[in-house]
Formats: sequence, structure tokens, C-alpha cells
Amino acid sequence: MAEPRPLSREEYAASRLQHHFVSMEQQRDASTLAMWVFLVTEILFFGGFFLTYTVYRWQDPVGFAHASQNMDIVLGTVNTAVLIISSLTMAMAVHSAATGRRKPLLAYLSATILLGFAFLGIKAVEYTDHIHHHLFPGPGFRFPGPDKPAAEMFFSLYFGMTGLHALHMIIGIGIVGTLLVMAYRGRFTPEYHSPIEVSGLYWHFVDIVWIFLFPLLYLIGRHLK
Amino acid sequence: MSDPVGPHPGGGDAVRPHAMTEHIVSPKIYVAVFAILLLMTGTTTAVSFVDLGPWSTVVALGIAAFKATLVVLFFMHIKYSRPLMRIVIFGGLFWLAIMLLITLSDFMTRGWLPVFQRFEP
Repeated sequence: MAEPRPLSREEYAASRLQHHFVSMEQQRDASTLAMWVFLVTEILFFGGFFLTYTVYRWQDPVGFAHASQNMDIVLGTVNTAVLIISSLTMAMAVHSAATGRRKPLLAYLSATILLGFAFLGIKAVEYTDHIHHHLFPGPGFRFPGPDKPAAEMFFSLYFGMTGLHALHMIIGIGIVGTLLVMAYRGRFTPEYHSPIEVSGLYWHFVDIVWIFLFPLLYLIGRHLK
Repeated sequence: MSDPVGPHPGGGDAVRPHAMTEHIVSPKIYVAVFAILLLMTGTTTAVSFVDLGPWSTVVALGIAAFKATLVVLFFMHIKYSRPLMRIVIFGGLFWLAIMLLITLSDFMTRGWLPVFQRFEP
């Protein structure tokens, strides 16, 4: 019995086409559209948190500003930069996949994962610092002065919003890790790389959430100092 | 849709792996967008130390919205995508606006009418 002939690039791409799609193009469009629809639900998911934040900050803007002064602005700014760099590496991973370059693809996916871990590491340092300073909401919460109720609400929202964001980062790292294994096994071609494209959309969305969280949580009390 | 649909799904015309209309964004554009995003991050941090009164929040959110728009247009390829994707995004933002505006129109106007105050505990 003869050795099975390895698939050509065209045959491989054709083999990735599910029977219910007419063409690879239609299949890719469907994947992209589905990810955008999912991201719309995510906009409203995080939107609820942003709405809650607005309502409580409206009730005591000065208390929120004073509470926000406990944020480490250097770590916050560095983490924003880390996420933006990770978005660049993810975009470059999509580019590498679309142009069929496997080694850069592996490198950019790895870099994205490392930057994701760097973000979570810095976040962990911040969380440890807040807990150490009794800023975790609950019986142990301590805050000097009359701003205590507003500050506790601020920190409840801070831990809730950044916690939900960090959860998305952890899921994102898992997804990019899966892509890395798939890319290592040579699963992607210029004709078929939708998983990288749509995972990139997710990763950039999580970046966008942080782009809004950063000023609302870290920057609102700076000018009062 | 620029996709000429084949005569029948699964028909002879169905497998066309080379029917690619995907726009591949140049790395130069990615790096340029990346540089602007970093610059804007530095700007928003620097501006936060200046007392602009109520405009502080407006400026901070304006810069954030500008950064988000850049990410959506270039990193997420919406500048090069089909109108269908843009309609989905517009729909999402529209529903977000409904949630924010109608809820806040309640919270921010409480106390305008004295009659509501008897419901306060």
C-alpha cells in the first residue's frame, strides 16, 4: 500500500471548509461576524459595570477621586503600555498567519502570551498592595475620613471591574496558548487562519476595555493631590 | 456581499480556496497605530495631573474613545471590513447608549421633583 500523499496547501484549505459554507471566504466572514456578535454581548456585559460605576461616582465624585488616589499610577500606566504592546504582537501574529510565515507567527503568539502574563503579574502586585493597605472591601476595609463609604464602593467596583477584566485576560491567554499549539502543528495557512483572526478580535476587545478602565480608575483623583 | 455564491452549496463551484478578498494590513500601519496609542496613553496620564475641573473626565474619556476607535479600525480591521460588521458594532453601541442614557436619566434627575422625596427612606 502506497504512502498517503501529503496534502497540498490548496487541498488542505479545501479540507478546512465546512460543508455548510459555499466558500472559504463565506466561512471566514461567518466566523468574524459571530465573534463581533459575541463582542457586542461583551460590550453590554462590561457596560453594566461602567453604568454602575457612573451612578455611584455621580453620588460622591469627590469620595471616588480621593479613593482613586490610592492607585499606583506608574504601575497602571505601565500595564496600559503592556496591553497595547500585546495588541501589536497579536496584530502582527494575524499578519504572519495571513502571509503564511510560521516562525514569526509562533514568535508573536508567544510574545502575546508573555505580555498577558506580565499584565497579570503587575495586577497581582497591585492587588497585594491594596489588600496589604486594608483596601479590600469588607469588614477589614479601612479608609480615613468621611469618604469611607464612597471609597469602599470605589474599591468594590475596582476589584469587580479589574477582576472581570483579568478573567478575560486569563481566558485570552488560554486561547492564544491553544493557537500557539495549533500553529506549531502547522494548522494555519494564508487560506485558513480564521481562529487567529477572531481570537485577535477578542484580544483587542479586552485591550479596549482596559483603555476605558485605566482613566476611570487610576486618573480621576490626580489633579486634587 | 462581493461573494458570488456558487450554484448550489456543495456543488462543483463550492470549493474555491483562492477566492480571497481579505485585506492584509501592512505592519507599518500597525506600528504607526501602536505609536499613537502609546503617545495617547502618556498624554492622558500627563493631563490627569492638570486640574481641568469637570473637563478632566471629558478629556480622559475622549482620549480613551479615540484610542478605542484606532484599535477597532486598524487592529480589528473594521476600516477594511464589510458594512455588515460595522452594522453589528453600531447596534452594540446603540444598545449600550440606551442602557446608559435611560438609566442615568433616572438617577441624575432624582430630587428634581419634590414629590419623589417621600419615597426616600
